[in-house]
Amino acid sequence: MHEINFNSMSTTQQLEDFVSQVRRDILRQVHQVNSGHPGGSLGCAEFFSVLYKEVLQTKETFSMDGKEEDLFFLSNGHISPVFYSVLARTGYFPVEELNTFRKINSRLQGHPTTHEGLPGIRIASGSLGQGLSVAIGAALTKKLNNDKHLVYTLHGDGELQEGQNWEAIMYAAGKGVDNIIATVDYNKQQIDGATDDVLPLGNLKAKFEAFGWDVLEVEKGNDIEAIKAGLEQAKSRTGNKKPVVILLHTVMGNGVDFMMHTHAWHGKAPNDEQLATGLAQNPETLGDY
Amino acid sequence: MKIYENTGNKDTRSGFGVGLTELGKSNPNVVALCADLTGSLKMDEFKANHPERFFQIGIAEANMISIAAGMTIGGKIPFTGTFANFSTGRVYDQIRQSVAYSGKNVKICASHAGITLGEDGATHQILEDLGLMKMLPGMTVINTCDFNQTKAATLAIAEHDGPVYLRFGRPKVANFTPANQTFEIGKALHLQEGTDVSIIATGHLVWEALEAAKVLNEAGISAEVINIHTIKPLDEEAIVASAKKTGAVVTAEEHNFLGGLGESVARTLAQHLPTPQEFVATQDTFGESGTPAQLMEKYGLNAAAIVEKAKKVINRKA
Repeated sequence: MHEINFNSMSTTQQLEDFVSQVRRDILRQVHQVNSGHPGGSLGCAEFFSVLYKEVLQTKETFSMDGKEEDLFFLSNGHISPVFYSVLARTGYFPVEELNTFRKINSRLQGHPTTHEGLPGIRIASGSLGQGLSVAIGAALTKKLNNDKHLVYTLHGDGELQEGQNWEAIMYAAGKGVDNIIATVDYNKQQIDGATDDVLPLGNLKAKFEAFGWDVLEVEKGNDIEAIKAGLEQAKSRTGNKKPVVILLHTVMGNGVDFMMHTHAWHGKAPNDEQLATGLAQNPETLGDY
Repeated sequence: MKIYENTGNKDTRSGFGVGLTELGKSNPNVVALCADLTGSLKMDEFKANHPERFFQIGIAEANMISIAAGMTIGGKIPFTGTFANFSTGRVYDQIRQSVAYSGKNVKICASHAGITLGEDGATHQILEDLGLMKMLPGMTVINTCDFNQTKAATLAIAEHDGPVYLRFGRPKVANFTPANQTFEIGKALHLQEGTDVSIIATGHLVWEALEAAKVLNEAGISAEVINIHTIKPLDEEAIVASAKKTGAVVTAEEHNFLGGLGESVARTLAQHLPTPQEFVATQDTFGESGTPAQLMEKYGLNAAAIVEKAKKVINRKA
């Protein structure tokens, strides 16, 4: 078995460079088709980069079954631009394919899907709230298969307003699904505004703890070292009869100054001028597609 | 006419339970999930035999369907069990995105379908589930007629790679198809040969169709009876061939006439061989409390209703 993505060899600078390129990919994908979700994608660029470059143990060749390797499920499928960029740049499919994002006859659908056979995707997501349940299912199968690898997920914080999450949160704790690490993109923004204004999430940490989860907070959710440390710590806490969740405090739109600290860029594409500004703030490091 | 013997009334859900028990022994990849209705779904034996492969999800059907989708990743074949209402309408989006669109090998097994659920009333009597499920791309939809056929279908769907909706019921009904039959997904079964009218029936209405054929025979009417256990993919060839022979069709199902077998048959005939057709089905209505027999009579879902519709459609022949 070859493991290409488990090297922990990248320096922080290398990861910063990788993130810079991912941000460019996000902006360029969304700009090209004048649609898509840059805000949440940018906010999670560091998380995806650390996860795929440093943490996930995956096989060289993608298989739907994912036996004897770590799995990742993206529940908030609308941040597909960051997912696609990181998948492409870690070798799942040609980087040039990012050119097809949201276009007709593309494997890079608006929201990720297995339907077109894009390597790296194991479930469709887009309709919110289903990813944690799916991940629990995959984690249960890993236990049945005596497969010690882990299942990782990412969820939007606003997404937690969907009731199915709480069914899954109750189940995972109640049944001791301890081979799962869920991460909540805690940027406190959603389409219509601040989560506090749309529907307050309350004390998320206390809620997860009350349901029986082991909760980690990463206050600097856009800091590579902090994410790395958080994921490593989360990993060390698996296998203890409790599911683990990371509350990742991020900034929506991170890395592009005019997109930060606002929900305005949740689902809006930059115009030509805005793209130029955003790209100027994020140098080309690995070569644009 | 062929004679069909009722070997003793049994519930179709027990056919599912026996089939699942067999699968537990024969296929180590089969896992079962239930949303707090283990006894009603007859999953107790599987649970007792294979506690490590049985997952009690609690009253959380959305979570159950998506967990089942996830369990396929790594090679398991999940069978979910709850009432038909909670297997479809309640979880349509989960089935649509996580199962059907994602192409996952999940078997959605639904008991207490239709009006024969009886006394619990309309909240639990789904008459729309076949329509909901058949509209999903890639979904195989099966509605079995008796204990033996349900058991055979349960075994067969484990061998089929792809999402399946298997619909069965609560009451004890005639058990008349062969024990240990081979179940071929998508294959219509000719139960009676006839020349005057084709009765195309599914589920609990198949036995009623056989009873109706006897009555019609005594009145000098030769009725062909076809059992469609697979609503999708539909055996269009068998339907068109029968319609060509008889020139008149009655469809019979325990389901709303909108979206059910009747509509699939009508669509097939409209495309290939326009033929007069009458529908034995509920008429865009909810059910209500009552015994299964009372409800089947009140809502026109029995042999008498089929006889009436058969005579009517024969009169409509050009």
